[in-house]
Amino acid sequence: MFRSTRDRFLSLTLHGLAAVSGLIVVLVLAFVLQESSPVLSRVMLSRFLTDGSWHPAADAAEGAFNLLPIVVGTLLSSAGAVVLATPLGILSAVFIQFYAPLHLARWYRRMIELLAGIPSVVFGLWGLVVLVPLIARIHPPGQSLFTGIVILTLMILPTVALLSNAAMAAVPREIVSGCAALGLSRRTTAFLIIIPAAKSGLTTAAILGLVRAIGETMAVVMVCGNVVRMPGSLFDPIRTLTSTIALEMSYARGVHRSSLFFCGLVLLLVVTGLIAVAEIVSRRQLHGPV
Amino acid sequence: MARFKTRTDRVLDICVWTAPALVSGLFLWLVGDLAVRGCGAFWPGESEASGFFRLTEPLELVIKFLTGAPERAGRSGGIGPILVSTGLILMVCMSMAIPFGLGTALLLSEFVAPQNRFGRIVRRSLDVLAGVPSIVFGLFGNAVFSQFLGLRFSILSGGLTLACMVLPLLIRSTEEALNAVCPTQRHAATALGFSRWATVFQIILPQATPGVVVGLVLGIGRALAETAALIFTSGYVDRMPRSVFDSGRSLSIHIYDLSMNVAGGNQNAYASALVLITVLALINAATNWLATRFLQREAGNF
Repeated sequence: MFRSTRDRFLSLTLHGLAAVSGLIVVLVLAFVLQESSPVLSRVMLSRFLTDGSWHPAADAAEGAFNLLPIVVGTLLSSAGAVVLATPLGILSAVFIQFYAPLHLARWYRRMIELLAGIPSVVFGLWGLVVLVPLIARIHPPGQSLFTGIVILTLMILPTVALLSNAAMAAVPREIVSGCAALGLSRRTTAFLIIIPAAKSGLTTAAILGLVRAIGETMAVVMVCGNVVRMPGSLFDPIRTLTSTIALEMSYARGVHRSSLFFCGLVLLLVVTGLIAVAEIVSRRQLHGPV
Repeated sequence: MARFKTRTDRVLDICVWTAPALVSGLFLWLVGDLAVRGCGAFWPGESEASGFFRLTEPLELVIKFLTGAPERAGRSGGIGPILVSTGLILMVCMSMAIPFGLGTALLLSEFVAPQNRFGRIVRRSLDVLAGVPSIVFGLFGNAVFSQFLGLRFSILSGGLTLACMVLPLLIRSTEEALNAVCPTQRHAATALGFSRWATVFQIILPQATPGVVVGLVLGIGRALAETAALIFTSGYVDRMPRSVFDSGRSLSIHIYDLSMNVAGGNQNAYASALVLITVLALINAATNWLATRFLQREAGNF
């Protein structure tokens, strides 16, 4: 295929570089699996749900490994954020596409992109210094599931809004022109025609928002209170899988350390699974009926 | 028209205008709070200087903050060593990510057909990598670089971890930049009997450079914003690093540590956050400028 040795060298080098890039994800999975193997071999999987509490120790027999409250905390906070961010994101997209004057739409889009670029520690700092005292006034202690949901909503909103916007923009223009020809109002066009037509794209947007919420760490560590207990109300502190890793990794040894890698493994599998689902859903838009 | 509005219509209209208003409100609140409290850290208290010198004082405080060493666990003093560590982490990250990113993107867009098996596997695995949560990268980096390779908590292991993290983003944007080069150029090069080497280095890359740079800058922004992947790879030490084998605290970790673990650290946390946000805003402006100047499109479309 290649005439010169220089071309062959280039092709070979590039294949090598690409192979390494492609292998990283395999390495991630392999190392996380390998590091979590001690806990998987020494602690029965059922103990993660039935142990009395989360008091992990370097020794399997001494520790207690109940992950249930942590998993519930993760699910509640990210589900809450998705429930709030999805309507806000879709409405934002409708606003950009159908309601706002051109310059306003451009500014709003720009603002959402800026929001997407704000680092999660900064969200956390703002949440901790501004939101937590405010919420503590309504219902102490302030560092709670609710604060976490508010911050996460704000953090995943750009993902949901920008992807929804793209999904709506991808609806064939003939449909929009058809609506205009029929004399339908913008409102009817947006809510009764475009949103149903973009349904699978919007679902993908919500799922990818959920992925982001589940994987989020720093902001959640800073505003959620991090107490390992089943939350009884919206204003109880919670602990998530990601914050457990972030908080305990610095001193964890032995089986404890390994159980944190197990948390990472769970996160990795859940997130990858969700992304696969999102991909299947978004593919349906291309092939299935609109 | 307006006369035929039903109640549902009105509610929908209100919703469509309220949602963006609410989001914008929260955004402005966040940014405003950051700006006010961040700048507050640089506002001089009582001083003897007057007139013109009173005006230069905030500037002096800014310079002192940017170059000074943190004192009393960061409650006072500056962020000099932290900026140096952050810069070193970014340098390590980019010097690893650029060859692999550029190489992979070149291979995917110039050397293999879209239906090629190898290319498809690499693409798919990069898609999965892009979705891995940053804390899992932290675990991975800790296991591989800090322990397996024996780099312990060091700038090197932090930078390498970040390199793995920004790689998918870098490859995707580079690939887009390469694909944006007009295909007729490639055909012409082939017709003229150019070697692949010459086509890549003399035709494609020079034209794609602005797009590649945009991708790099986006990658730097992403790396700069990252915290979770660095806590247990590059570590917490806030002294001036002597080499990349020393532990060094990045700016984002500094903010986290000050606000969570240091009582009374909020003011300096805000000042550091303001510095971080300013740098990110500059990066954002630079990408937009580059993109509109050279690529005739908005950077946000990636």
